[in-house]
Amino acid sequence: MNRYPTNQRFTINLEINKEWYEIDILASDILLDVLRDKIGLTGAKPGCLNGDCGACTVIVNNQPIKSCLMLAIEAIDTEILTIEGLKDTPIQRAFVEHFAFQCGYCTSGFILICQALLLNDNNPSPEKIKTWLSSNICRCTGYKEIEESIRSVINNIKNQSIK
Amino acid sequence: MLSYNFEYYKPKSIKEAIEQYQTSKSQDKKPLYYGGGTEILTLGRLNYIYTDAIIDLKGIPECKEFGFQNNELVIGSTLSLSVFEENKVFPLLTNTSKEVADYSSRNSITIGGNICGQIFYREAVLPFLLSDSTVIIAGPSGVKKFLINEIFNKELRLDEGEFLVQIGTEKEYLKAPYLSVKKRKQWDTGYPLLTVAALKKDGIIRFAFSGVCPYPFRSIQMEKILNDKKLSYKDRVLASFEYLPSPILNDIEGSDGYRLFVLENTLSNILSYLGGEELE
Repeated sequence: MNRYPTNQRFTINLEINKEWYEIDILASDILLDVLRDKIGLTGAKPGCLNGDCGACTVIVNNQPIKSCLMLAIEAIDTEILTIEGLKDTPIQRAFVEHFAFQCGYCTSGFILICQALLLNDNNPSPEKIKTWLSSNICRCTGYKEIEESIRSVINNIKNQSIK
Repeated sequence: MLSYNFEYYKPKSIKEAIEQYQTSKSQDKKPLYYGGGTEILTLGRLNYIYTDAIIDLKGIPECKEFGFQNNELVIGSTLSLSVFEENKVFPLLTNTSKEVADYSSRNSITIGGNICGQIFYREAVLPFLLSDSTVIIAGPSGVKKFLINEIFNKELRLDEGEFLVQIGTEKEYLKAPYLSVKKRKQWDTGYPLLTVAALKKDGIIRFAFSGVCPYPFRSIQMEKILNDKKLSYKDRVLASFEYLPSPILNDIEGSDGYRLFVLENTLSNILSYLGGEELE
């Protein structure tokens, strides 16, 4: 097999957590590595690097995306939200209040997929919650507390709308 | 992280994409068309796929189309599978594609990428095989339209430099009675044991399969027997197995014998659900 090392590099601008970053990348750089190594946003975690575990989940244009399955260059002209951009959100507080983490490695990914679900549907069905959250894996198996967290946020939204 | 770098191009037209492919080839490089990239990135990380140049099809308007044209639903090849989860205009497609991988992965996996990928399953093709859909293929020799059942034989038979642009499905198939059944050995997510999709048209139930063999397929011979009302469901299913292609998958998801056992029950259930009258 012929292999042609390419020197092609790109200087791109990415909008992450409402801030702009100018970065120099290779086309083959995945978004996860760029977030962590070039920008210093280490909340997205490298897990399986195969699209299975969801530890690297970020929100791109309001949708949950596994950042190990996306090239950084594909993220041009998108709005990216990482766990660092989610300060004091109800879902973060709910994870703390419901003890929805143990080792914590999967937590940022789970919080972001919950946040993405709430952005798209603030009253999701139990089936929809299960479908979305099945994208992520918690090897400490803290699923019950994670589900309780998102349900508490949904209930709060419902209660506020009733008031 | 990939162990190699590649060039990246995002053409804005079909013509530009084909020209870039040919330019890269003329430089003795190995270009690849790129949709969602999930397979290229995951297999590339393991060095099972190598490319010198990525040609990202997501900038081509025709590859992003989704809507009705004349009597057809037109689906661009770079639409992600999650699109069909939200838009249920083709319920069989919704039900089949929503079982692929998981929700956030389906935001990345494209319909064209799933159909043209290397993975055994490629479930997204099943609804199109059942509905006699057409495919628009672009390549150095132009843009051509084919019946999917003529050009999909174990895989979409693309010549060098060609790529899938769109899939067209006639309206009459979109609301036809259907059933899509995915069986896993355990749990609700992860790789399946097998998937059977069925669609009833003009009183005949059509069947397409994934996870039975190392490629998805529809078998007209199996359909003839499975619709033979002179036989009981069980006899139909067992007789249809004579026409199963080979080999039957035998891997960590399940042995060949277990797959056939599950397939027998699944087909009987589908016959019962879709109203294939049974001889008593």
